[in-house]
Amino acid sequence: MGELFVIFVAAVLVNNFVLARFLGICPFLGVSKKVETAFGMGMAVIFVMTLASVGTILLYNYVLVPLNLGFLQIVAFILVIASLVQFVETVLRKTVPALYKALGIYLPLITTNCAILGLALLNVMKSYNFLKSVIFGLGAGIGFTLALLIMSGIRERLEFADVPKSLRGVPIALITASLLSIAFLGFTGLIKM
Amino acid sequence: MSLWHEFNKGIVSRNPLLRLVLGMCPALAVTTAAANGVAMGLAATFVLVCSNFVIAVFRKAIPPAVRIPIFIVVIASFVTVIDLVMNAFAHEMHKVLGLFVPLIVVNCIILGRAEAYASRNPVLASILDGLGMGIGFTLALVVLGGIREMLGNGTIFGVSVVTAAYEPAIIMLLPPGAFLALGLLLGAMNKLTGVEGS
Repeated sequence: MGELFVIFVAAVLVNNFVLARFLGICPFLGVSKKVETAFGMGMAVIFVMTLASVGTILLYNYVLVPLNLGFLQIVAFILVIASLVQFVETVLRKTVPALYKALGIYLPLITTNCAILGLALLNVMKSYNFLKSVIFGLGAGIGFTLALLIMSGIRERLEFADVPKSLRGVPIALITASLLSIAFLGFTGLIKM
Repeated sequence: MSLWHEFNKGIVSRNPLLRLVLGMCPALAVTTAAANGVAMGLAATFVLVCSNFVIAVFRKAIPPAVRIPIFIVVIASFVTVIDLVMNAFAHEMHKVLGLFVPLIVVNCIILGRAEAYASRNPVLASILDGLGMGIGFTLALVVLGGIREMLGNGTIFGVSVVTAAYEPAIIMLLPPGAFLALGLLLGAMNKLTGVEGS
């Protein structure tokens, strides 16, 4: 239990996927202009990350490893993630139309989010078992959402700030991310891995 | 539209990292030293050229409805190749780059060039396009890596370039330094070329 808690806290705060591991920078900069859209994207990512973590670890442990096909992991994982996103989209549209509408355009975008593939590869690299992968996936998703929400809150205010012309847009967003990242550095040492 | 132009455009005018702002994850993560930038850039260039080549060869045979999955499988195969090759022949560098070698699969530059260029242009032009984009990406990574290495460690490519009086700023090697350096670099590019940020 203690170990699972450590994995969770580490994924959310200490090794935050966006601010410390640099995974998922594109959606982090792309959909952080409004708190509302950031929230939608965050929810979609938490959902898909947890499922993808489960799917890929099962595939790796029970199909690829017994068949001695470990070298196929990159191809296999990206196909699993792409079909999973498609599957989730179809199921949600049929069963929970309200949630489907809320997540809407963010779902297909997630396929190319490197945080998802990165998560699957990290699970294998750290040889996490099933339960640890689930917790790690959930924590990574929550950490991503946390960073996205904070960033969107700041960027809504940046709209009214007088930013030098050549720094507007992505450059100032990166500089903001730098300051956020300094804040998250403060969590280092919170737990010993 | 000469072939030279196809090659040339990726290096400055449409540099994938500094102009199109693509491929930011590896650019931020691996550029703690200039040498890492070279390795990452060359690995991405290899995948870009090979995938552009294969996709351009088969561009008329690929059904439009399933083109994206096909592109991804082609790209993933070449990424697996470079991942295994680097692990075997450049093991130390492979360990440094870690996760970001397999993650070339989801690098938007590569899928972007496959979709926007190689799937509708002849073979030779596609190869040159991939080569130009790859070299442009590599140069951008080396510049970013060089700046961070110099400020954070006082060296470039491992060679000391500052006087003893300079106290290296470790922060430049940590995650915040990556965001800051890339943000200021993009801002400087905008200033120099007279483009205003969006």
